[in-house]
Amino acid sequence: MKSRLLKMKALGAPIEVAEAGKGRDLLFLHGAGGHMPNDRLLEALASKYHVVAPLLPGYGRSGGEDNLRDMLDVTLHTLDVMEALKLRRPIVVGHSMGGMIAAEMAAVAHTEIDRLCLLAPAGLWLDEQPVVDIFAKLPFELPALLFHDAALGQKLLTAGGGSMDDPEFLKEFLVTRARRLGMAGKLLFPIPDRGLAQRLHRITARTLIVWGAQDALIPLAYGAVFKKAISKSKLVKVARAGHAVGQEKPAAVLKAIRDFF
Amino acid sequence: MKFTWFHLMPWPHMPEDFREKNRSVWVDLPNRMYEPERGHGIYHQYLDQLEYAEQVGFDGIGVNEHHANAYGLMPSPNIMAATLTRRTSKAALVVLGNSIALYNPPLRVAEEFAMLDVLSGGRLVAGFPVGTSMDTNYAYGTVPALTREKYAEAHDLIRKAWAADEPFAFNGRYTKLRYVNCWPKPIQRPAPPVFIPGGGSVETYDFCLDNTYSYSYLSYTGYMRAKLLMEGYWKRVAERKMDESPYRAGFAQVVCVADTDAEAERLYSPHVSYFYNRCLHVYPGFADAPGYRTIKTIQTGALSQFTSAGRDYPNMTWKDLTENRYVVAGSPETVRQQMEEMIKTLRVGNVFCLLHLGDMPDDKVRHSTKLFAEKVMPHLRNLWPDWQNHDDRFWIHPMNERVSLKAAAE
Repeated sequence: MKSRLLKMKALGAPIEVAEAGKGRDLLFLHGAGGHMPNDRLLEALASKYHVVAPLLPGYGRSGGEDNLRDMLDVTLHTLDVMEALKLRRPIVVGHSMGGMIAAEMAAVAHTEIDRLCLLAPAGLWLDEQPVVDIFAKLPFELPALLFHDAALGQKLLTAGGGSMDDPEFLKEFLVTRARRLGMAGKLLFPIPDRGLAQRLHRITARTLIVWGAQDALIPLAYGAVFKKAISKSKLVKVARAGHAVGQEKPAAVLKAIRDFF
Repeated sequence: MKFTWFHLMPWPHMPEDFREKNRSVWVDLPNRMYEPERGHGIYHQYLDQLEYAEQVGFDGIGVNEHHANAYGLMPSPNIMAATLTRRTSKAALVVLGNSIALYNPPLRVAEEFAMLDVLSGGRLVAGFPVGTSMDTNYAYGTVPALTREKYAEAHDLIRKAWAADEPFAFNGRYTKLRYVNCWPKPIQRPAPPVFIPGGGSVETYDFCLDNTYSYSYLSYTGYMRAKLLMEGYWKRVAERKMDESPYRAGFAQVVCVADTDAEAERLYSPHVSYFYNRCLHVYPGFADAPGYRTIKTIQTGALSQFTSAGRDYPNMTWKDLTENRYVVAGSPETVRQQMEEMIKTLRVGNVFCLLHLGDMPDDKVRHSTKLFAEKVMPHLRNLWPDWQNHDDRFWIHPMNERVSLKAAAE
């Protein structure tokens, strides 16, 4: 995928936007981990859509994270990005934290977003099915947390290469992690609930909700709650898939999106 | 030199197989391990030890704040300091300190510290730590990347509240108060001396220098490892062209004194082991929430101390710990030599002595404390003659005519 920088005046820093494919506009909002190396979901989506995937401040070359402190800041910032990208009625797709942001955008600006796809979104909390605390997880635990097939997850997550024994790589790794999860923490720490439940009713977009049946991070039970709260919505479960449902089963997720929209 | 006898107040009944059975001493250790009725005696024993430290001549007695752990049982150090105000009369009460980002509103800290200063007749040293990530983020839920901004705002509010003579409005991002009106206000004007616990970030060096606060490095890895960090601080002091008063800095040191070196090992080795292996057994996933440290701090590589050093404890023997000076232990002469080397190497005017460790019984604590006070401390008093061994900016100013308390005399 090609990427470019987009000036964002209000933010005071440019953001990075990855872009690929032809077809209808599709805005993709990533989760707390950012884009994966050679992201299989983006690749699949770009085979049928014009995919535009901005990186949240704190991720990649996107700066300005110190100016975003809470949910409203991030929601409005991302709406600004959508406007600056001049997308025509895009399908707005968000994964995990990106799904939480997409849902907030659709609730706040419901006249502007009419097609919404939430892939295992964050944003709700059920006492009986708590979301796993990603901020207390160590890197080696992530493959099994994010993927049903942990070996596949390990391969995909480490495709970028590098060794933790190399002090420079370690420093770079720590900086990247601190920037990303530092930003994510403003929405997700210590409990990933910023009041979305009381705003979901405002969403008028046709909404597709996709969940990996074996999601170990945000359990499948949350899918039903999202479905119930959003009026024009459908829940699709993907078999043998974990939280990174799109990266684990890109073809199935692409098909669900194509079928629905 | 100023010597503060510092208590961590750990839970002393963690079992032998604690490490194997529990992933962390902090944050998610089930509190079924805590036995309140045993805790009653333990708290009082610990407070007695702090009072004893004053009796034998320590300049200060110290307490601090931690949450959700068996490492240090003082969620409110102010409660401990309050009891000490009535049973001591000379020592500085070093509360190191209140994690100001955790209080809502942070004005509470201004008020409680003022209460302590008034109760003690002007003996409070006020500490403003950011707090460990375990406490601040995991136990108390502060968003990691906003912690420092929240801290800075809380500090601003507290200092303004102490300085003001009439109500004012405070419109912060995190705290909004239409009427800030700090009753009581501290005896020490404009504020009690302030100590800032730091861990090597450049921002904290500057924060201390800007506000005339003493930089206190609290580590358990001893002065040889602390050298690099403290050199960074003194380099910054020089760059800013400020005076090099050693009282601008303090250091915490684990100390064990006995009649001979061999006796020190025999008496204290099991308790040192309890401290390093059980009290410091923190799950790495709780040690450093992403966003808690600034990017600048990570980039300067100041974290090297957290990556390897911390993990070595389980494999370290008494010999390793003492040779690398994580622990200064031995006969009074051995301890004197090493303390002198530490004080001169790091250039510190304040030393926080950790003479109670882990599950050390009361008689050993008092033995070690007494030997340090009588046979070590007097020989270290005159290490900074150029500074008359005292710096008014970084120590307490008790009032002259204080009420006498009966209990204190007994």
